[in-house]
Amino acid sequence: MPEINLSTAFFIGLGSLTIVASLGTILSRSPVTSALFLVLNFFALGGIYLLLEAQFIAVVQVIVYAGAIMVLFLFVIMLLNLEDEQRLTERYDVKKGFAILFAGLLLVEVLYVVGLKTPAIAPRLGTVAAEIGTAKYIGQQLLTEFLFPFEIISVLLLGAIVGAVVLAKKNFGPERATAKTTL
Amino acid sequence: MTKNISDGVETLPLPQLDEEERAAKRKEIYAALEDRDVTVQPATDDNGDPLENSMVLNMGPQHPATHGVLRVVLKLDGETVERAVPELGYLHRSMEKLAENKTFHEFMPYTDRLDYMSPYSNNTALCLAVEKLCGITAPPRATYIRTIACEIARISSHLLWMGTMVMDAGAITVFLYTFQEREKIYDVFDMLTGARFTVSHCRVGGVASDISEECANYIKDWLKVFKKKLAEWRGLLDRNRIWIERVEGVAVISKEDAIGIGFSGPNLRGSGVDFDLRRDVPYMAYQNFEFNVPVYENGDCLARYFVRLEEMAESVRIIEQALKQLPKGDVRVDDAKQSFPWKHEVYHSMEGLIHDFMMTDTGLQPPAGTEIYHAIEAPKGELGFFIQSDGTGHPWRLKIRSPSFCSLQALPHLTEGGMIADVVVAIGSIDPVMGEADK
Amino acid sequence: MNALALLLVMELGDRFALMGVVLGVLLTAVAYTVYAERRIAAFIQNRTGPDRVGFDLIPQLKFLKGAIGLGQPLADVIKLLMKEDVVPENANKFVHALAPLISLFAALTTIAVVPYAKGVAIADVNIGILYILAITSLGVYGITLSGWASNSKYSLLGGLRSSAQMISYELSMGLAVVSVVVLTNALNMGEIVESQTSNPLNWNVCRNLLGFIIFTTAAFAETNRAPFDLPEAEQELVGGYHTEYSSMKFALFFLAEYANMIVACTVIVTLFLGGYQVPFWTDAPWFVQVGAFITKTLFMMFVFIWVRWTLPRFKYNQLMDLGWKFMLPLGLFNLLIVASTIVIFGNSLPLSILNLVLVALCVAGSFAAKPQSKMA
Repeated sequence: MPEINLSTAFFIGLGSLTIVASLGTILSRSPVTSALFLVLNFFALGGIYLLLEAQFIAVVQVIVYAGAIMVLFLFVIMLLNLEDEQRLTERYDVKKGFAILFAGLLLVEVLYVVGLKTPAIAPRLGTVAAEIGTAKYIGQQLLTEFLFPFEIISVLLLGAIVGAVVLAKKNFGPERATAKTTL
Repeated sequence: MTKNISDGVETLPLPQLDEEERAAKRKEIYAALEDRDVTVQPATDDNGDPLENSMVLNMGPQHPATHGVLRVVLKLDGETVERAVPELGYLHRSMEKLAENKTFHEFMPYTDRLDYMSPYSNNTALCLAVEKLCGITAPPRATYIRTIACEIARISSHLLWMGTMVMDAGAITVFLYTFQEREKIYDVFDMLTGARFTVSHCRVGGVASDISEECANYIKDWLKVFKKKLAEWRGLLDRNRIWIERVEGVAVISKEDAIGIGFSGPNLRGSGVDFDLRRDVPYMAYQNFEFNVPVYENGDCLARYFVRLEEMAESVRIIEQALKQLPKGDVRVDDAKQSFPWKHEVYHSMEGLIHDFMMTDTGLQPPAGTEIYHAIEAPKGELGFFIQSDGTGHPWRLKIRSPSFCSLQALPHLTEGGMIADVVVAIGSIDPVMGEADK
Repeated sequence: MNALALLLVMELGDRFALMGVVLGVLLTAVAYTVYAERRIAAFIQNRTGPDRVGFDLIPQLKFLKGAIGLGQPLADVIKLLMKEDVVPENANKFVHALAPLISLFAALTTIAVVPYAKGVAIADVNIGILYILAITSLGVYGITLSGWASNSKYSLLGGLRSSAQMISYELSMGLAVVSVVVLTNALNMGEIVESQTSNPLNWNVCRNLLGFIIFTTAAFAETNRAPFDLPEAEQELVGGYHTEYSSMKFALFFLAEYANMIVACTVIVTLFLGGYQVPFWTDAPWFVQVGAFITKTLFMMFVFIWVRWTLPRFKYNQLMDLGWKFMLPLGLFNLLIVASTIVIFGNSLPLSILNLVLVALCVAGSFAAKPQSKMA
């Protein structure tokens, strides 16, 4: 039993918050509530990162996931009718199979790591961890050692953007005829 | 008709009013609106793709930007307006029917409530129509007073338009600027007519009271200030990028469509039709003045904005000339069968009292079977009164051709294909007043 | 748990005290910003504005006689609190109540990393500027959710507008921030201020004028202030996201909006206007620094109010065009210039000159653009 200090207390709080939020995400009926739980989850995860002295990751987690991506999710959910959502979920049953498969794999993985083969917990690298978490370190690493993956990812993102534009502009050609023809 | 005003109207194709299709679509939109649990209307085509859904939005009759009680039902695709259905009649007071049970003078206060931004124009329009019907000619001084007051009313109306239209675009300050000037206009009307808002100052055969020296000077002083203010506002807006982008190319209507739909006044001139009743069919004292009729070609909100702005400057010119030329003399026909006697006659002579009584009780009696249409260039456009007489003191039929009503017909044409923000600017730019549109 | 609380107090006692002071000042300032906004608007519009409500109920303050309406905020607050809280039928009641809280939370927590004087900040975080970006990006939830939860189409449209708007302008805002980070070589707010020194020529507004303009414009958009107040747009959407709000919940939105504005001003001051630096006085005592900070913030707030009462509102497509087609490339361009100048010259002097020229060109260009509409 580790001694109760401030960061342990915070970890317990944030960890249970993460679990609750995750459960809420998959269990709540309304998609908007689901999305909100997911935001809470990201927020709590950000807090955990902060406890691990990974300040940059924590902030980026909040900026990117909670601040941008989930807003877009909400945007889409709000635009849809409830009936549409049900129709969408019922349409893809294969997805559920894949979800169960991957969840099972993950569970096995976690069990393997946690339960079956308990490795000795690596000694905490106090100062080193703190240094690794800074923006400066990450920036340096990204633009020197991991430059290639970094650039590859940017190309991937470009592809995704182009794909999104193509999907959004499904009706290519002249602008859709508006009702102006009849007066 | 002093000028050929046909402008090729006869050769234009009639606007294609596909009534049946529109009626069906309207029904569909209303059905979606009545269903209170539906925020989004599922797409009917494209095999139910949720991204093709549209939303039916009810704008008005209680909405800050619909200038009273106009109701527009919008079908939206995101922010884009797919279809707009204006619905009128929320301010219907059956003015025309009421008129059939009133003498012409009794009906006068009702006209104040037509286009309540320029009551004087409405009074004048009615009086001119009745005078034409009865063959009365108002004395020149009265005509000049009417002209001055009508032009001030025009400025007042345009000021309200300017304030509200710019406010619809989001700039609230201009609204307060113009209302400060309108306040001065109310003061002018207070001096001239004794009432600030619903003036009812015109009389058949003249006006109710003469213009005082004090009032004339007040108007002169105010005009000097007003010209400066106008330049100031133009400095604020004319080159404001946001403002120009909000109105340029928005709610465009072509010359042909504008004529076909029945636009008149500044809206018509914004579409490039050079037609102004004051110049082309002169009435009152307009033939005595020099003034330009601003015409813009583009037919968008910006064109209508410039037309009205320049019209205000022209109105200032007209008022200045009228005040300079203001003839001396009587302000009401000195004929007891045609006009009300003066109050001192009523109080001090038996004939005066009898005439006043007759005028009030039976009113003017135009010859039976006559009918007349007379239109003036009201601030909003062509305001016409059509009167049929059966020989009694009440009109047999009285119909009002109100410019706002005709302009509002163009609303679907102007707004469909635009965005929500364009709808409010488009409504502002055609300057409807619901009191006049609904009558 | 008591021990834990004690620990918290012991470790962070002075921070909590500062937080109390700052929150107290901020909330009072919000009330008086509303008052100031109304007075300045009145001044711009040749009116008087609120000038009646005083503190006549308090005997000691009776001499004020409410001459300049200083009691107005108090009266406004009381009025808002006494109103009936209306929740629309079929609204999602929980989210409806949650949304204003999120808005206010985002507005108030941002202030935590802003330094008010040398070394005086509630939290002196190493990544202060990123923290601000993160928290402001959460503010959009309040508005979006309120729009959704109200079960009103106008609110929904307002919510949708705000989510699109805030995401779009976060990018240009981020780019402007990056240019500042490149200039000052720090993510810590205190260090950013320190690097600007007490020489106004060294402030980022001179070194990075374009960045200042981009950031300020984006801040207008992020705080939903005119001309970017599309989510509320009372002429189009009647009130947008807060159409269906009343009483305390509306007051919270109101509070959040003005708190956001104040916070945005403090961030602009910190990043670009030298923060707490007093011009030509390097080691000013803390109260002078706080005074300088407040003065600069007040000036920026005046600009915010001034703009609101002068400009018309953007249209949705104009907003998107400006954000994506103009501000974003401009932000990238600015970043490129700043970075390359730092690399090539090693100092930022050429930047000041270059930025001045650029801005002069922009101003000249906007004046040269004339409306095109021809006389018949």
